[in-house]
Amino acid sequence: MSEAAAAIHTEDHAEHHEELSFLYKYILPVDHKMIAMQYMFTGLIMAVIGGYFAYVFRMQLAYPGESVPFFGIVGPGEYNMMVTNHGTIMIFWVAMPVLIAAFGNFLIPLMCGCDDMVFPRLNRLSYQIFLVSALVLILSFFVKGGGFGGAWTAYPPLSSVPEFSLTDWGASLWVLAVALEFVSFLLGGINFVTTAMNARAPGMKMLDIPIAVWFIVIAVILFMASVGPLIAGAVMLFMDQRIGTTFFLPSGGGDPLLWEHLFWFFGHPEVYVVLLPTMGIVADIITVFSRKKLFGYRTVLYTAFATGGLSFVVWAHHQFVAGIDPRMANVFVVTTVLISIPIAEMLFSYIATLYGGSIEYTTPMLWALSFLFAFLIGGVTGIYLGASALDVYFHDSYFVLAHFHYTFFPITIIGMFAAITFWFPKMFGRMMNETLGKIHFWGTFIPFNCIFLPLFFLGLAGQHRRIYNYDHFPDLATEELQDIRVFATASLVIMLIFQVIFLYNFFYSMFKGEKAPDNPWKANTLEWTVPSPPPHGNFKTLPTVYRGAYEYSVPGREMDYWPQNMPPDES
Amino acid sequence: MSTRGPVATHRSSTGIPAGRLAVWWLLASEIFIFGGLIACFVLFKLNGTPGFEDASETSVVAGAFNTFVLLTSSLTVVLAHAAVERGDREKAFTYIWYTFAAGIVFLMVKVYEYSGKILSGHTITENLFWSFYYTMTGLHALHVIGGMVVMALISFDVRKGYNYQRVELIGLYWHFVDLVWIFLFPLFYIANF
Amino acid sequence: MSEVHAHPNYVKVWYWLVILLVISTLGPMLEIPAITLITAFGIAVIKALMVAANFMHLKFEKHIVWFLFIMSLTLLGVFFFGVAPDVMMTEGDQWIDCIADNSCVEQRL
Repeated sequence: MSEAAAAIHTEDHAEHHEELSFLYKYILPVDHKMIAMQYMFTGLIMAVIGGYFAYVFRMQLAYPGESVPFFGIVGPGEYNMMVTNHGTIMIFWVAMPVLIAAFGNFLIPLMCGCDDMVFPRLNRLSYQIFLVSALVLILSFFVKGGGFGGAWTAYPPLSSVPEFSLTDWGASLWVLAVALEFVSFLLGGINFVTTAMNARAPGMKMLDIPIAVWFIVIAVILFMASVGPLIAGAVMLFMDQRIGTTFFLPSGGGDPLLWEHLFWFFGHPEVYVVLLPTMGIVADIITVFSRKKLFGYRTVLYTAFATGGLSFVVWAHHQFVAGIDPRMANVFVVTTVLISIPIAEMLFSYIATLYGGSIEYTTPMLWALSFLFAFLIGGVTGIYLGASALDVYFHDSYFVLAHFHYTFFPITIIGMFAAITFWFPKMFGRMMNETLGKIHFWGTFIPFNCIFLPLFFLGLAGQHRRIYNYDHFPDLATEELQDIRVFATASLVIMLIFQVIFLYNFFYSMFKGEKAPDNPWKANTLEWTVPSPPPHGNFKTLPTVYRGAYEYSVPGREMDYWPQNMPPDES
Repeated sequence: MSTRGPVATHRSSTGIPAGRLAVWWLLASEIFIFGGLIACFVLFKLNGTPGFEDASETSVVAGAFNTFVLLTSSLTVVLAHAAVERGDREKAFTYIWYTFAAGIVFLMVKVYEYSGKILSGHTITENLFWSFYYTMTGLHALHVIGGMVVMALISFDVRKGYNYQRVELIGLYWHFVDLVWIFLFPLFYIANF
Repeated sequence: MSEVHAHPNYVKVWYWLVILLVISTLGPMLEIPAITLITAFGIAVIKALMVAANFMHLKFEKHIVWFLFIMSLTLLGVFFFGVAPDVMMTEGDQWIDCIADNSCVEQRL
């Protein structure tokens, strides 16, 4: 890793006015905006794969044993592989690259007012490693035995012994892909943190930084601090699989619970790693479209610190029924319930920002508001699960699944659409179609609720998660329950169909949309002061910052916004 | 200092140069990787897992000699940094290659140790102690090799007279590798009770 | 490049490190576990601090870097003590005894 950090300076940097060849502009770019695009498009392609898997296994649940259109008959092994890789892809290859890597890359230099990341070539390397990790994961679907099917948590001994998992190389390639992805994000994360710490525009004090940048940086720090033990664990798991050590095998003196701890010590902060960027993006969108100062900038920031700190002491709430020490379970119940306080405070700050604002219901604003609504449901149901007594009943049921998707769907998908629709004019220099955007919004948001609200009830009715054909379980194969499953699956199919509208809007607007002005939303942050799309090097003259990012509707000013780089004597 | 690359690279709101700040973050994340492994090892050891008494079979002499080698290489790499600050490129170049040589010695001793242990039947799958032993010292050895490769690349730049700051950066990394070994040494070689 | 500061005497630091290394190697020969513990790990900590402070120039570095490392080590401590009860305390698994003769399994079903 340090090799890469050190190797950054070895070759000459391209001059700003120089026209780059196609290869260096699109395939091997060092420009942070182009790398952001690479991450975003890779993430979107992976999202299509993940969505396809969801479609296939939901169809299998609704119509067990029947041939699924565009796939065929789903066997139990294929079902497990798709559930596992749906989770893995959506978290590691969609949420993280799009929310953190793509928007972090795009926004941090622009919002901090500098011309590029601190280490452009390290940035390129981190994308290339990421791409390799994605290819390794896709390769793992096609090896003998198929892709890994031991759930995205990969609990041993199921994941560590080929005779148990039945996916000899699939499991190992899966571990390898995940480990490579971590390395890529460690490199990228070092770059992000260093850029935000060191390369801010003159005059930009800590409390002038837009919340989106703050939150992406906090998220990256959480990631870097939590992933180390899991990298160690991944090495150990890989050796268990390939060399035959017994780190996690009780038969050889190892401890499978240790893996669960290593995994969740990373896995829980990971929730906040993907949550915080979306929270930051939503904060920016909400202030812009309610034309109001963000309510309690410092409070929001401190709650993020509190969330980050607490996120390291809640991990074992995923293991209440895994046989952990009950005394520790008590501790983790308390911390788990505690962590809802800062998150709730953050949401209240956002709602207070909306209060009394002149709200414009543009597409990004609709996404941001729906995020608040949906995440609230996800958060509140999380409190049920955080209580260990209730968790004994809910654990591994569809209640957990519905809760999880009420947090991660808003974070990943809604957050992604909010960010894309908001920054699309800056990224591609053209506006997206508002009407199509709104149709897509309602066509996604309503089916989303229709998919996952019923699953709460299935979970309460005792439906276990890890079953591929409920016909084998008479208690769960009743007609009422099956109707709910069919309803959820139908909603999913409708939602997926509506994504075609988004793709059409996205690509049509990219080439044929209305030309975007520099600052279509009348926002304050620095990225809106440069042309759309920004040229290589971003700023003609590097800006100086005079005020915070959220000076909207300041009394006594003619304009209702006040760009960060506008000198105080101008108006 | 070179003025190439984006302006961002040369800004320093924290007062720490970007390269050094990045290396600090890198080392912080390395702490978690090695720290995670050490924590797991200690957990099993304190639990009295069978096999951990094999710590007495590791060669204290070889371990102590390797500690000495790494400590000395830490000295030479910091002297290289001091030389480069004075602008003495030739001296810096020599000191970097002394460090490189120390890395070679360290690896040779490791190879000797590994082969001896494997020949006497202590393979990686024998029990958890040996699993940890080979995993952790192996990961550490990979870090040593990585550091040596970078050092070799840097040394020629330095002799030609540019990228001086990298001597300090690779030095920080090398000291960290040394620090890890300082903890691995008592864990695997001394604490056999 | 980096800011100007007086260099520590590197060779002197190295002498001390080697002396400490010798002590930590000789410690176990007394064959008192408590002393071995101190000479092994106490000295390792001292050596680590010496290398960090002098060779890595943490003495002269901004405080934020200290925060960084203290934070890292604290989180590792959290990890260790969160996991320790599960990996190390197995007395909760009383049912192990009765699995062999199957006496309590039925009773608990």
